Amino acid sequence: MENIKVLKGGEFLITESSAKDVFIPEEFNEEQKMILGMCQDFLKQEVHPYLERIDSMEPGLMRSLVAKSGEMGLLGISVPEEYGGFGQPFVTSMIASDELGAGYSYAVAFSAHTGIGTLPILYYGTEEQKQKYLPKLASGEWVGSYCLTEPNAGSDANSGRTKAVLSEDGKNYILNGQKMWITNGGFADVLTVFAKIDNDKILSAFIVDRNYPGITFNPEEKKLGIKGSSTVQIFFNDCVVPVENLLGKRGEGFRIALNILHIGRIKLGANVLGASRTAISESVKYANERKQFGNFISNFGAIKYKLGEQVIRMFAAETALYRTSKYVDDTISFNIANGMDRVKAYMDALGEYAMEAAILKVLGSEALDYIVDEAVQIHGGMGYSAEMAVERGYRDSRINRIFEGTNEINRLVATDTLLKHAKKCDSVVFGIGKSVFEQIDSNNESSTSYSDYFEKKHFYIRQLKKAVLLILNRAYDAVGKQFNIEQEIMMSISDMSIQAYAAESVVLRVEKLKSIKSEADFSVYADICDVHTYETSNKLFKAGMDAINSFAQNDEYIKLKKGLQQLTSIEPVNIKEARRRIANKLIEDNVYKF
Amino acid sequence: MKILVCISNVPDTTTKIKFLNNNTTFDSAGVQWIINPWDELALTRAIELKEAHAGAIENITVVNIGPPTTEPTIRKALAIGADNAIRINLDPKDAYSVALQLSEIIKKDSFDIILCGIESSDYNGTSVGGMLSELLDYPSVSAVSFIDIDGDQLKLKREIDGGQEIIGISTPFIGIVQKGIAKDARIPNMRGIMMAKTKPLQVVEPVSTDLYTDFVSFDYPKAKAACKKVDPENVKELVNLLHNEAKVI
Repeated sequence: MENIKVLKGGEFLITESSAKDVFIPEEFNEEQKMILGMCQDFLKQEVHPYLERIDSMEPGLMRSLVAKSGEMGLLGISVPEEYGGFGQPFVTSMIASDELGAGYSYAVAFSAHTGIGTLPILYYGTEEQKQKYLPKLASGEWVGSYCLTEPNAGSDANSGRTKAVLSEDGKNYILNGQKMWITNGGFADVLTVFAKIDNDKILSAFIVDRNYPGITFNPEEKKLGIKGSSTVQIFFNDCVVPVENLLGKRGEGFRIALNILHIGRIKLGANVLGASRTAISESVKYANERKQFGNFISNFGAIKYKLGEQVIRMFAAETALYRTSKYVDDTISFNIANGMDRVKAYMDALGEYAMEAAILKVLGSEALDYIVDEAVQIHGGMGYSAEMAVERGYRDSRINRIFEGTNEINRLVATDTLLKHAKKCDSVVFGIGKSVFEQIDSNNESSTSYSDYFEKKHFYIRQLKKAVLLILNRAYDAVGKQFNIEQEIMMSISDMSIQAYAAESVVLRVEKLKSIKSEADFSVYADICDVHTYETSNKLFKAGMDAINSFAQNDEYIKLKKGLQQLTSIEPVNIKEARRRIANKLIEDNVYKF
Repeated sequence: MKILVCISNVPDTTTKIKFLNNNTTFDSAGVQWIINPWDELALTRAIELKEAHAGAIENITVVNIGPPTTEPTIRKALAIGADNAIRINLDPKDAYSVALQLSEIIKKDSFDIILCGIESSDYNGTSVGGMLSELLDYPSVSAVSFIDIDGDQLKLKREIDGGQEIIGISTPFIGIVQKGIAKDARIPNMRGIMMAKTKPLQVVEPVSTDLYTDFVSFDYPKAKAACKKVDPENVKELVNLLHNEAKVI
């Protein structure tokens, strides 16, 4: 390992990072840039001209796009070379997910295939299973899908009722049950199906070939968005699955499902970036063409606000995504260097960043939702017309807050994981929260003691993190064992963590950019940093107050409110002018280019 | 047969052009560089030929004249499917210096088919192919929209007024290609990208050349003036404006 300090999962709240230790998109290497360009060209040539046909579910079209992606090598980015892939770093696979995220329904098919459709076999398959399935999944000859959800088992995935019973001769499992919302189900060749063996309480996983007897596929679901993505219900009626198709160990299915979801969440955090960039570019192009009151609407402050805010949210989600992705890569390298086999090294790294994965999923999907919403708004009446790209973007965005674990589940996961970290190192996490609480009345630290731009920003970030730990500590003290059922409080704390992670990531990227960009080009990034710090401080304050108002009373309430105000206060910044300058760059470029 | 494709490194066609130092320097900050679109199509067609006539085409070389910063563009050409690349280490100043440097390369290593785009999208240069033909004393065909192997010869088509001209030509020759030579530029795939770094990229020092052009400065196109609206009833005013202000009638 080089001299890079790899932050552990959740550690960002107790450890200060420096700009040199974070990876930013401006550091993509030449090969990664070429892959990025390849993905853009692929969408331009193969996907974007056919969006109408894709959304009308023209038979065979999506399947052929997946096959073409396979020919391009896009499906094998994360698959090791010995199984016909390219064994690329995690960051590189995120670059592809990011760029192809601009592919509307195609993006979902790509993501489901390369993520949940392929990875369970890659990480939990036996050598025979890997040899049999991975080369064909990587080439696109076969398409993969993941069958976890059932009509009565969504967020509570382990409550699934699909059963597997060993046949009398011991050669097969007989599967019975029903799965729904199966992405790529309409044409997938290989299904990873989760079911409980006999009377097990925990799921097991099976690799099921489409042509096994006893499988029925329902017609395609009619959906609000991602209309071109195949989504079906699948019924297993005495479906015969050879015993050698058990994936992982008996009862390991739920763990597989959760671990694969960690990857799915980060991947979704990447996917939404491509979609966001497209929606922002569509927004500014329209604003630069549409005239009202004799003026292009991009000249109006109300529109500049929206454009500026779209950029800021995109920038923050992107920054946090690549920062985390590099941690994953560095942890994998570290694990391998310390003797772990590659698969274990990978799973360990992804488990390590479970909290960050949940944060990225929520941060990214909600940034996209804001961006597409304002994209429609900037288009006015035209935005509501199915003729415009933003209409599709708006509809397609909504699913991102639902799949790969709803944002509610992810918020709970984030705080739950934080609590687990806290309990593991009690004196550190809870200790900081406790001492912050004790010092509220005597605290006289202020940003005015820092004159340097970034020192001041780092001070704010330290304060924001203290605020999270303060509320976590007091809330946990107040509700203790009830914490897991006090979901509103957990979600408020999660919102605070999300804001803190995003705020720190943006500060660190912008600090790093100072040495990369010319002075003239840099100033707009300082504007992004200023407005984002302002916004995150306020959002964090609001989330903290929501929590305090839910558990604290009397003197403690007053003290906590005072503490929260101290920790989230920042010096005045003219956010109107800063947002306008950010918007002006976008308006001048006429495309998202930050 | 060996094919040489000459490629220019040009700013992406959506780049906002800006100049520095009193309009004497192109501001390359933040510019996305690409293979000149016509050259990229020429390369695509070369690869198609090699795929279709595996025995006939033994090698495709790309050549670029530029400083080390053009190497990502060259490696993209390798990722698309060229076998090897040559970079002549010179920041090119005009068409003559480009053609002269290229001719030196071609004299050293014989190529049968030399392809270049009909124009470059940066400075709208169109002279390199013709000059190269003169310097090498090779035949050249311009505005080529089709090329294929036809026995010992090459069959070319070029667009002419009201139709097409079909030409049979022997090697070596210079084909100056236009759009239509290949349907779409080929997208490099993952395997190509991975292999690009292992393919040879030879750096050659330039020969000294005289410069026959004297560059003065750049200028921006005139900003469009605001649109004047004339009442449909007021034809007199319209005629007046067209005559006295726009001076078109």
